[in-house]
Amino acid sequence: MSATTANRRLALRLALAAVLMFGFGFLLSPLYDVFCRVTGINGKVTRTGAVTEAVQVDAARQVRVQLIAVNNEGMPWGFRPEQHQLSVHPGEQTLIHYVAHNPTAVEMVARAVPSVAPAEAASYVQKVNCFCFEAQTLAGSASQRMPLVLMIDPQLPAHIETITLSYTLFDITADQVGHQSAPQQPSARRVSL
Amino acid sequence: MLTQAVAHEHHHGPPPGLMRWVLTTNHKDIGTLYLVFSLVMFLTGGCMALVIRAELFQPGLQLVQPEFFNQMTTMHGLIMVFGAVMPAFVGLANWMIPMMVGAPDMALPRMNNWSFWILPFAFAMMLATLFMEGGAPNFGWTFYAPLSTTYAPPSVTFFIFAVHMMGISSIMGAINIIATILNLRAPGMTMMKLPLFAWTWLITAFLLIAVMPVLAGVVTMMLMDIHFGTSFFNAAGGGDPVLFQHIFWFFGHPEVYIMILPAFGIISHIIPTFARKRLFGYPSMVYATASIAFLSFIVWAHHMFTVGMPLAGELFFMFSTMLIAVPTGVKVFNWVATMYRGSMTFETPMLFALAFVVLFTIGGFSGLMLAIAPVDFQYHDTYFVVAHFHYVLVPGAIFSIMAATYYWLPKWTGNYYNEYLGKWHFWLSFVGVNITFFPMHFIGLAGMPRRIPDYALQFADFNMVASIGAFLFGLSQLLFVYNIIQCVRGGYGADSRVWEGAEGLEWTLPSPAPYHSFTTPPDLREQGGEH
Repeated sequence: MSATTANRRLALRLALAAVLMFGFGFLLSPLYDVFCRVTGINGKVTRTGAVTEAVQVDAARQVRVQLIAVNNEGMPWGFRPEQHQLSVHPGEQTLIHYVAHNPTAVEMVARAVPSVAPAEAASYVQKVNCFCFEAQTLAGSASQRMPLVLMIDPQLPAHIETITLSYTLFDITADQVGHQSAPQQPSARRVSL
Repeated sequence: MLTQAVAHEHHHGPPPGLMRWVLTTNHKDIGTLYLVFSLVMFLTGGCMALVIRAELFQPGLQLVQPEFFNQMTTMHGLIMVFGAVMPAFVGLANWMIPMMVGAPDMALPRMNNWSFWILPFAFAMMLATLFMEGGAPNFGWTFYAPLSTTYAPPSVTFFIFAVHMMGISSIMGAINIIATILNLRAPGMTMMKLPLFAWTWLITAFLLIAVMPVLAGVVTMMLMDIHFGTSFFNAAGGGDPVLFQHIFWFFGHPEVYIMILPAFGIISHIIPTFARKRLFGYPSMVYATASIAFLSFIVWAHHMFTVGMPLAGELFFMFSTMLIAVPTGVKVFNWVATMYRGSMTFETPMLFALAFVVLFTIGGFSGLMLAIAPVDFQYHDTYFVVAHFHYVLVPGAIFSIMAATYYWLPKWTGNYYNEYLGKWHFWLSFVGVNITFFPMHFIGLAGMPRRIPDYALQFADFNMVASIGAFLFGLSQLLFVYNIIQCVRGGYGADSRVWEGAEGLEWTLPSPAPYHSFTTPPDLREQGGEH
């Protein structure tokens, strides 16, 4: 019967639409990352690696950089920047250290998740090197100095005088042990800094 | 044609016994099943609301532990949204849409049976979590990560599968309704002659198909985060909990229109009937519904003004949200204009419809207040929000369902309900709803947060008033149940038109509507501009 065929065809098309929307739900996750990267509204630094073009150091201008360290809930490590505040000239590369100490008796793995405030400044910060690029492993009772090399783009809008870099330290020991043989998590969900 | 339908009934009546309901593919049977299921869920979720209000009667902890209180707020929300309001509208659509468009049944009757029978199992699973170790879900009906992932009770997995099942049920129901409306209309029933309940449901069904899969997606991501080591919402692994809120509200905002658009359709039938005038501005009603549906996709972040959005985002979501007031205002204007100079009578369905117009508009106004981003920082997560969405859902969606029940009950059963009891039910509900939810505006503005079992002393009086109202509203629903049962069992017989001013194809069928109706479609091509 043609009416039955028409119903069936419409139902299949609508079901297909539902399946596509299910996929779209998952697509929102990478889209969210892309959107935040393009607009820079999430306070995430996307410029990483060595400075490739010659940048003129703006010696006349000083930008205050404040450093914050936060432990996520239940993270026992000692975690702090060596200095809480410094002044840098836009265009110069600055080396800063964070210090981490594992007070427990066992080896632990941690990951620092960064954030920049104000978010508008995020796209003018270049992290040449950062301890947050990879997971940090510390044996029991061990300490380490963790480097951070950054450069502020001289294009930074004039009204921004202070930039705050915040790192939140997460305990990922359980994840690392549980998934040693498994490959890394899907790249779409990884923060690219 | 009528005699034909009646003659048919003798040959193809429903088979007797329980299996009639399990195996049925008849749209009227399935509509009844949906409505009964919804009523049971409404009373279950209502009991949970009364547990909440009983605990909040006085400051301090009297009746339940905070952990159980959180389970009650969560389950109350989930059951009312997914178990009471949505199935009630699907049930009304099943009963009425084939009769309104002149179709013999729904387009896909077997799928119809399936989409209903998934629901009892989904809710049995969800309610079973109350008896599990660690208790039922306790993270609020919005189940924000990481509360619903890292810190969730073990029963969250059952909750996730229950949501999957409801989602499948809703999507199948929506597909069926779209297929019925698009393919099975009687000859001559053009789209712009479609009854408004069918129009609003058509648009709602498209919303369901667009967003229920997104809900399924977000709970699947939760499932993967909890059990398979992914980090969609886990900051430690590079994910982002704010992403959860974006995806959830991308579903959640269209969802609130899924719960109100069919109500707009119902009210657009009842007001013309009892004002004895044609609906004012039929085309603008259709376009307003479509605009609301479109806008619902671009306003979701007004639920999350406080997550730390850039100013441009706050402004965009603030203004796009306020834009929704325009088509909604068109609708309210049209309802009022329909009543203007009509010969109105005030039977129970009309009373509920009038209360809908007034109280839903109050809920809309508090929604506008919440849409103002700078002041939302004050209102966010307070009882003001609770007052707002209960005003649009209880005297909005629920009142429209009650109005529809009284309006069409004589058509379904062949008997008038008891008008006297119906009026009592209305006035007790009307007073109860306002006593319950109006004080919540005040305690919300004064700073009382949502989802807490205990509160500061200065909120004590209004909370006591709200609790008294809640028990009044809750207990008066027993009148509703009693009235329906009495009406099904017998009563003053109704003729086919039931109401003096009723217009539409469903009123050309005898009351009670025969088991099989419109086996040959009515031909509307002769008739003029009536819709």
